[in-house]
Amino acid sequence: MSDSPTAPRHSRSRTKWIALGALVVAGAGFALLTVGGIGENLVYYWGPTELVGAGKKAYGATIRLGGQVVPGSIQHGQGSELSFAVSDGKATVNVRTKTVPPQMFREGIGVVVEGTMKTDGQFESQRLMVSHGNEYRAPGDGEKPDMKQLMETTTGISGAEGQKTP
Amino acid sequence: MIGYIGRSLILLALLAASAGSLVGFAAAVRRSPSGLVWTRRFAYLFAGAMIAANLLMIYALLARDFSVAYVAQVGSREVPDWVAVTSLWSSLEGSILFWGLVLGLYIFGATWTNRNRHPETMPWALGVWLACAAFFSFLIAGPAQPFLTLANPPSAGPGPNPLLQNHLLMIIHPPFLYLGYVGMTIPFGLAAAALASGQLGAEFIRVLRTWLLLPWIFLTVAIVLGGWWAYEVLGWGGYWAWDPVENASFLPWLTATAALHSAILVERKGILKGWTVTLVLATFLLTLLGTFMTRSGVFNSVHSFTQSAIGPTILVFLSICTLFSVATLATRIDTLGAEGRLEPGVSRDMAFLLNNLFFVLFTFTVLIGTVFPLVVEAVRGVQMSVGRPYFDGMSVPIGVALLFLLGIGPALPWGRASSAQVKRALLPPLAGGGLFVALGLVAGVRTPWPLVTLLFGGYAAQVTLGELWLPVGQRMKARGEGVLQAVAQVQSRGRRRSAAFIVHAGMVLVMIAIAISSTQGMTTEVQLVRGQSVALGPYTLTFLGVDRVSEPHREALVANVGVERGGRDVGTLKPRMNYYSAQREPIGTPAVRTTIAHDLYLSALNIDPGGQTLGLHAMINPMIVWIWVATAIMGLGGLFALLPARRIG
Repeated sequence: MSDSPTAPRHSRSRTKWIALGALVVAGAGFALLTVGGIGENLVYYWGPTELVGAGKKAYGATIRLGGQVVPGSIQHGQGSELSFAVSDGKATVNVRTKTVPPQMFREGIGVVVEGTMKTDGQFESQRLMVSHGNEYRAPGDGEKPDMKQLMETTTGISGAEGQKTP
Repeated sequence: MIGYIGRSLILLALLAASAGSLVGFAAAVRRSPSGLVWTRRFAYLFAGAMIAANLLMIYALLARDFSVAYVAQVGSREVPDWVAVTSLWSSLEGSILFWGLVLGLYIFGATWTNRNRHPETMPWALGVWLACAAFFSFLIAGPAQPFLTLANPPSAGPGPNPLLQNHLLMIIHPPFLYLGYVGMTIPFGLAAAALASGQLGAEFIRVLRTWLLLPWIFLTVAIVLGGWWAYEVLGWGGYWAWDPVENASFLPWLTATAALHSAILVERKGILKGWTVTLVLATFLLTLLGTFMTRSGVFNSVHSFTQSAIGPTILVFLSICTLFSVATLATRIDTLGAEGRLEPGVSRDMAFLLNNLFFVLFTFTVLIGTVFPLVVEAVRGVQMSVGRPYFDGMSVPIGVALLFLLGIGPALPWGRASSAQVKRALLPPLAGGGLFVALGLVAGVRTPWPLVTLLFGGYAAQVTLGELWLPVGQRMKARGEGVLQAVAQVQSRGRRRSAAFIVHAGMVLVMIAIAISSTQGMTTEVQLVRGQSVALGPYTLTFLGVDRVSEPHREALVANVGVERGGRDVGTLKPRMNYYSAQREPIGTPAVRTTIAHDLYLSALNIDPGGQTLGLHAMINPMIVWIWVATAIMGLGGLFALLPARRIG
């Protein structure tokens, strides 16, 4: 880099280009890292129909499954083991969990469980959250279940463990 | 009647802001001193109208005047008066009105303190501020309409959201957040004015930095207050969840912090002017983005307000401001030429540059993770969120890098330094780093990231305390002053420098406390039968039974959990479930026992009304209290920098 009185403008613009180039390279590397990080950590919001429909593709992904607790399906096992079925009226998914259920957990209530689909067809959940929307209604024929509305009315959905959203 | 006066005041504010903005821009173009005087009058008028409108709304809330639409929406005869006052900002329409109040106060303060200074740049700044003021007045007058008069007023109202009545922290978190968010309008206007007038000298950058620092302090405290509230009220045992709305408050904090640092290079060396202005503009745009995300219902969160026309209107304003910023930058950034240049080599200057680079990387990381689900849903219709591991995985290395710079930056000399100088500056603080690591190892820390945090934290702590002590020691030596006298002298002379290092000390403490609390805790989740115990760390927790409590605005089931530590009884903790009349489902409130070393945190998952069983989530969260203490240190350090300099003969 020369500092002679005739050159500064030229050398400054060259430095600028080099800096810009370095920034672009660094930016690209960073973007790659970010996109990779996001891709590995996505949490999908699905209903039982979508989950059953996805079949093997669902294995391993982190999923928030929303639906209604099927009446008569709640079973307490050894220790804190708990199993129940979640349904949207068309499809049903069996859920097993070891979390202690929240106060309002009962048959017929809307729930969101977060976890992964296992190869034995059971959904293993680490988090169990209860919807406090006054009535969770299974969607009628031709209706798409409004996963977003269920998520919105569910206690504890906004990224936090336990209880959160009013 | 109240509705009519309120609507008139809002209309007056809208007129004053619109007229003031136009007159301001005209005065800037024509360089008219009398135009500037009139612009200032319009600014004061806007502030006055907004203050009056807010006082009127508070009166209506206290009087439970349900003919006013907003009071009918959030007011209640059952709640105490302090809840009635705080419901001014508890719901969407009121919070926009409160925004107007804060904006009025800021515009008044910034106009008044600069009334005799910078006649070429101030008209531009006033024009931009009042344009923003006009927009928010329009928002209140049009889509929000808190002062709408109801033809058939109800005889009672529902009261604000129970979760927001649950804790005193909810009184102070939102106002602090607004003082942080809205305050960023002032540096935005100043930065735009610097671009428009092509002037950003050492004098004006100090004004800009002062008005950036003030909202920065509020924003810093507000972010942590929000975390504190979540910790004390929500019961999941943490203080930060990378919730989109938490991120929304964190993003402008990152860019504002970067700008506070680059502004020092502008002041000292006359470089990075365009860059600093860009950061300030971005900060304001990010506050608008955050406002849009909380006000539009695009995210579901504890912060969500109901959907209304306000969200889209803010989105339009955000787009206009973004276009304005980009256009102004593109056409005017060349006018802010550098007066000096950056020396290559290892120096404090370089540390500042890297600091800015990492803050911007941090901003992009969080921004992308926050906005990604929205984009995917808009494009592909798939609903998803970005999980916490992404944010943790990205932010830990960046945060640690920033902590590293926080240590070596101030240790390095300005400008070009010889390698011997650099070595002499950088080696001694390793002692502090080693000490902290040793303490960590003794306390049982074994994982790499917390140990690296302790190493850099100890290093930074030694540098920071050394820099705080340096001028004091010099005076004591040179002038034979006592410790107290020397401290007093240094504080009145080198105040900004001391203040910066006090803020740094707080930051070091925050980062160590976050690293330790998020990695070294213990947790258990059990279903207990009455009389049964569970062990957690040094504690034995015994479920003793359940009390039913009846309070004016709620009923509660209170679980009594006996706490023993090392066989010694240390009291009873009472996590509870609150039942509000307006809401069918209960809201749990955790019980926390705080000590200097850690918190014992109990949260009831379920309580049997018959008193026989309790679902208990128990946690030991180390060093939590230090996060709150360190934030107070940062806030006080920032305020200290803002105290007017005392003249000393």
